[in-house]
This record gives sequence, C-alpha cells and structure tokens, in this order.
Amino acid sequence: MKRVTTVRSKAIPLDRANVDTDQIIPAKYLKRIERTGYGPFAFEAWRADPDFVLNDKRYAGAEILLARQNFGSGSSREHAVWALDGLGLRAIIAPSFADIFKNNCFQGGLLTVELPEEDVDYLMARAMELSGAQIEVDLESQTVRTANGSWARRFEIDPFKKYRLLRGLDDISMTLEYESDVAAFEAQRPQLLPRTVED
Amino acid sequence: MTEAKTLPEKIWDSHVVPSPLQEQARQAALAEAGAGGLPGERADLLYIDLHLVHEVTSAQAFEGLRLAGRKVRRPDLTLATADHNVPTLDRDKPWTDPLSVQQVDVLRKNCEEFGVPFFGIDDQRQGIVHVIGPEQGLSQPGLTIVCGDSHTSTHGALGALAFGIGTSEVEHVLATQTLRQTRPRTMAVEVDGQLGRGVTAKDLILAIINRIGVSGGGGHIIEYRGEVFRSLSIEGRMTVCNMSIEAGARAGLVAPDDKTFAYLEGRPFAPKAADWEQALDYWRSLPGDAGATFDRVVTFRGEEIEPFVTWGVNPGQSAPVTGRVPDPESFAEPAARELARRALVYMNLKPGTAIQDISLDRVFIGSCTNSRIEDLRAAAAVIRGRKVASTLRAMVVPGSGLVKAQAEAEGLDRVFTAAGFEWREAGCSMCLGMNPDILMPGERCASSSNRNFEGRQGPGGRTHLVSPEMAAAAAIAGHFVDLREVMA
Repeated sequence: MKRVTTVRSKAIPLDRANVDTDQIIPAKYLKRIERTGYGPFAFEAWRADPDFVLNDKRYAGAEILLARQNFGSGSSREHAVWALDGLGLRAIIAPSFADIFKNNCFQGGLLTVELPEEDVDYLMARAMELSGAQIEVDLESQTVRTANGSWARRFEIDPFKKYRLLRGLDDISMTLEYESDVAAFEAQRPQLLPRTVED
Repeated sequence: MTEAKTLPEKIWDSHVVPSPLQEQARQAALAEAGAGGLPGERADLLYIDLHLVHEVTSAQAFEGLRLAGRKVRRPDLTLATADHNVPTLDRDKPWTDPLSVQQVDVLRKNCEEFGVPFFGIDDQRQGIVHVIGPEQGLSQPGLTIVCGDSHTSTHGALGALAFGIGTSEVEHVLATQTLRQTRPRTMAVEVDGQLGRGVTAKDLILAIINRIGVSGGGGHIIEYRGEVFRSLSIEGRMTVCNMSIEAGARAGLVAPDDKTFAYLEGRPFAPKAADWEQALDYWRSLPGDAGATFDRVVTFRGEEIEPFVTWGVNPGQSAPVTGRVPDPESFAEPAARELARRALVYMNLKPGTAIQDISLDRVFIGSCTNSRIEDLRAAAAVIRGRKVASTLRAMVVPGSGLVKAQAEAEGLDRVFTAAGFEWREAGCSMCLGMNPDILMPGERCASSSNRNFEGRQGPGGRTHLVSPEMAAAAAIAGHFVDLREVMA
C-alpha cells in the first residue's frame, strides 16, 4: 500500500453528483491486465467536451479533486482508482463516496476525505474562482486547510485506517501475520459448507 | 440472555475471525489517535465462504500473488468463469479482439497455476457469475460470498451475505480467505400487500431505488422483508437483491424460507443426505430474532407499485409507465434539478413526453439482473405469436449455458427467433459495453439490465431500464407500452 501523509496542491472542481465509475473509466478499457496506464482514458466521454473541467489547463498538475455526493458509484472496478491515480490525483474531497469505491481508494492509497456539503460548496466555489488556489490535506492532523491557513476543517477517519495509511502497511502481509487465527477459525467451520471442487 | 440479532448481523458475527493480534494493532492505532480519536469504525476480519472470480477483475490480483510468492489459500472455496469480456456470437470462430482473447486466456492459465476450478468458455456451466453461483447450488443461506463485481449482492436472494469488492480485495481473499471490512449498518425495506398483475420484481426494485435514491442505502446492508418478497420466486428475489448496489447498499438479502430450500435441493453443490437435514436446521435458525432492530426502516405497499421505466442516467431517475418524462424544474432540490437537466440532454428527451411515446432502436433481454430461465419464460409469454417491430433490433442473451439449454428444451428459443429476436450464447453481453454487443451512439434501448449510466451500453448509447416482460412488449410495439394492457 502507498504511504499517504500530506497533499498540497490546487484542486479541480468537478461539480457533479453521483459520478459513477463507468464515467471514470469506461468498460472497454478494462480488458487490459495491467494496473497502470489508465490515466489517458479517465473520463473519456466527458473529456470530449472542451469545456469539461479536466480539460481546463489552469488545473493541470492538480493532485486534489473536489467532487459531489456519492462519488464513485456503480461498478466495483478498481481500474477507476488506477485511472484517477494515472491523472496524478492523490486525494478526493466530497460529501460522500460509494462504499466499494472508498475501499478501493484505501487499497490504492488515494485519500478520500468526507466533508459536510457546505464545506465542499466553499472549496468548490473557491477553486472555480481562483484556479491556482492551493489546498492542503493533512492526514496526520486530519485537516483540510487553505494555503494561507484562513480556513481549516477537521475530517474524520477511522484511526485504524489512518494508522495503516500513514505507514503504508500492506494489508495482505498484515493479515498473514494473523494466519494462526484464521486457521483456528477454519478448523471449526462445519464440514457441510460447500466446496467448489469434488472430493 | 443473548442479544436479539437481525439476519445480516447473525451472518456477519458468525464470520468474524477472532484475532487478538489484529485487536492489538487496532488498540495501538486508537492509542496513537489519542483522546481526539474516534472510537473507530469496527474493522472486522471476516471469513469468506465462497469467492467467485471472473476475467475482468482478477488478472492483477493473481499477478500480485505471483509477485509476492503467495498461493491461493482455499482454491476449494473459489470458482472462476469468464462472462464480461466474451462474445455471445460465433464463439467457435476466432475472436475479433486480441485483448479479450488474452484476458480470458490469462484467467484460464491463472486457474490452472493456482488450482482454482474454472468454468471455461467450452463448459456448458459457463455463464454470468451471478447466475451460475445459485444455479450450481453454491450460493447458500448464511454464507459470506464475495466477487470482484458490484452485483454480487444477487446471491443475497438465497439468504447469503454477498457483496462486491475491488481487485486488491480479490487478491486479499485469494491469499487469506478473509477480508478486513467495516461493519455496515442495517436497513429493512418492508413491502407488504401484493404486487399487481404485470408488476414484476424488477419494477419493485426500481420503485425502491426511486424512493430511497441511488445513495439511499450507502453504508447499509438491506434486508428485504414483508409479504411481497415472501411471495416472490427465488429468481425474483435475485432481481431485487442484484440491484441493491444501485441504491448504494453494501449488500441486500432475503431471509431463507421453504422456497429457498426447495430451490437448492438437488443442485450439484447443495448439501446431500444427512448433510441436507443438518443444513436445513442451520438455515432455519438464520432469520432475524424477534425484537431485533434495524438502524433504518423503509416501508411500502405492494399495491402502490407500477411497471417502471427509467428516463435518466441513473437507476433512480425513473417513472411509472403511465407517467411522463419529468420537467427538471419540478424537482425541489437544486442538485436533483441539475442532474435531471443533464440527464434529459444526454437522453435526448423533452420534459412532459409520455413514457409510452418513447420509441426504441434496440431491445436487450439479459444480464445478471434478468437472464434466468424464469425471465426468459416470462418474456417469451409476452412475445409468443407476435413479431418484433420492423423499426428495431432485439436480442436475448441467456445467463448461462445451462439456462440456454433449458430454454431450448422448452422451445423458448424458437419463440424468440420466430418473433425476430437474436438468440445468443451466455454472457454479460450488452449490459456493460465491453464486448462486441454495444449500442451505437444515439441508439435508444429498452434493457432488462441494471445500469443506465451515460455510455454504459456503448458510447453515446441511451438506456432505459425495464423488466424483461416490459422489454419484450416494447420490442413488439416499437415503443414502451403498459404491460398490463398487453396482457389483458
């Protein structure tokens, strides 16, 4: 897992609710068997519109995305996270995220920050007005703040998740440390539970 | 006295792997967070009973195992098939897309290397992963089931706790047979009364999503309760549970009952003989305890539900077939207004248009939502002796090789082809726009699938979600019609 600490950058205001993972990366790009290289296809259909915010050169190089409620809804495709990562994004701020997408972001070290609607409204309006305005997302202090420090909000995150993100712990390695616990659980599972192979 | 539990809580709790070591790590994290830290979401290590795998979300996971020198911990609790990225026509001829050939081939090789059972393209049991789990009797009450696919909630129809995961989590399950998950909240959707004639399980779930919204179930497991769900067949329950994710829910399930047991009995992987009796005892203990409470309860009356058609670009933007495309200005919430405005532009629809005046270019009957034998029977009953409108192209794609064989044994294929439908091989087909079955830009389709997102069935394609019966009736008329009038 990628280590996550602080992201400081301008922010892209993607002012749409319910952005689904089919928009983030269309299914036709899921035929590839690699984890990287999806950035150029991210938001392909919307990017055909010259006025789409991701085509706005003023936001080039931004590592923070501002989004609306239920961001990442629909398909479980982790390719969506790989595509956003391919765009250079390190953090997304929205009022809410779809559950599977949020888990996938965690796995990919893409920080999801949930803030109340009115705070996202403020950041969105500010990013539209001042395209170069910097925002800082700091995981350690669980804070989103404007660069001059005049505005700051604390965000909530499960301490255990934060602990793993700050250290970039590998989830599988961690679970394999508990292998004996898993084996003990397995030993007491009823025999009649289904198996996918014939004996 | 033990605490009264709901069905989802019972399944969840019985699958938490007690892990003192994980608890130590969690406590260290809490200590580090100090007084300002939240008590924390409860991240449980959950044992997974059944892991279904398909070609699109697994290659990177197997590669991860290989790079780390890891094995699949329980290949005997894992089953793979190819469904998303397969053609549904001319399978015996060389496939046109080399990337599709590679992806399916990589899955076959991964299954061989890691010892995972695989229903390949030449196996009659191949099909949509959410059709074959129940069909084989693998999806059973009380199990935890995961798959790298958001429609895994389908298996909840059998009383299992089933949910979609991403590729990194697929790798985690392959390596450890467990998943670290935050415990969701519970939500009861209770529908009493009866569905009217011509109103299907699809209309029921579309009505639910319309009411609670596409993120209304976020962070929750939904248990569908009440007379209406009890009266549904297992196939109908699968249609409902399938689309739980379209309401944002983590999972959806229905308590097992005699219908569940009758559905499972005799299926290849269902318990046999003495095991069957023992399994029944366990399954009967699963329904929620009297007095158990849900975090949220939503109630409907079955009689209020009409056949539904989506007009927008998410499954919550829908109207009864007797209704009209709404005026975006009629939405009270500015956000909903803006979404409706954008949706009507994409869908090329004018406010106030009667749903039944919307004409169609394509009809698709298939997908993990509605491609089981019961769906095909119901659609065939609408079509029998009629012809597809000359203005459109229609296709039926069975959910599995076995569904196809059963339909052919019943002569349903001839009903469809005589009417002018194309009859295809099993797969996800035109549900998701990643195989040769896609809409052309601007084409408008009545689809029995689950998502009407922009471009979902192909770039620029316009999708209207309906029941397979409504799709069949629309194929005949060339536009949407009220199934209840066709049936009269």
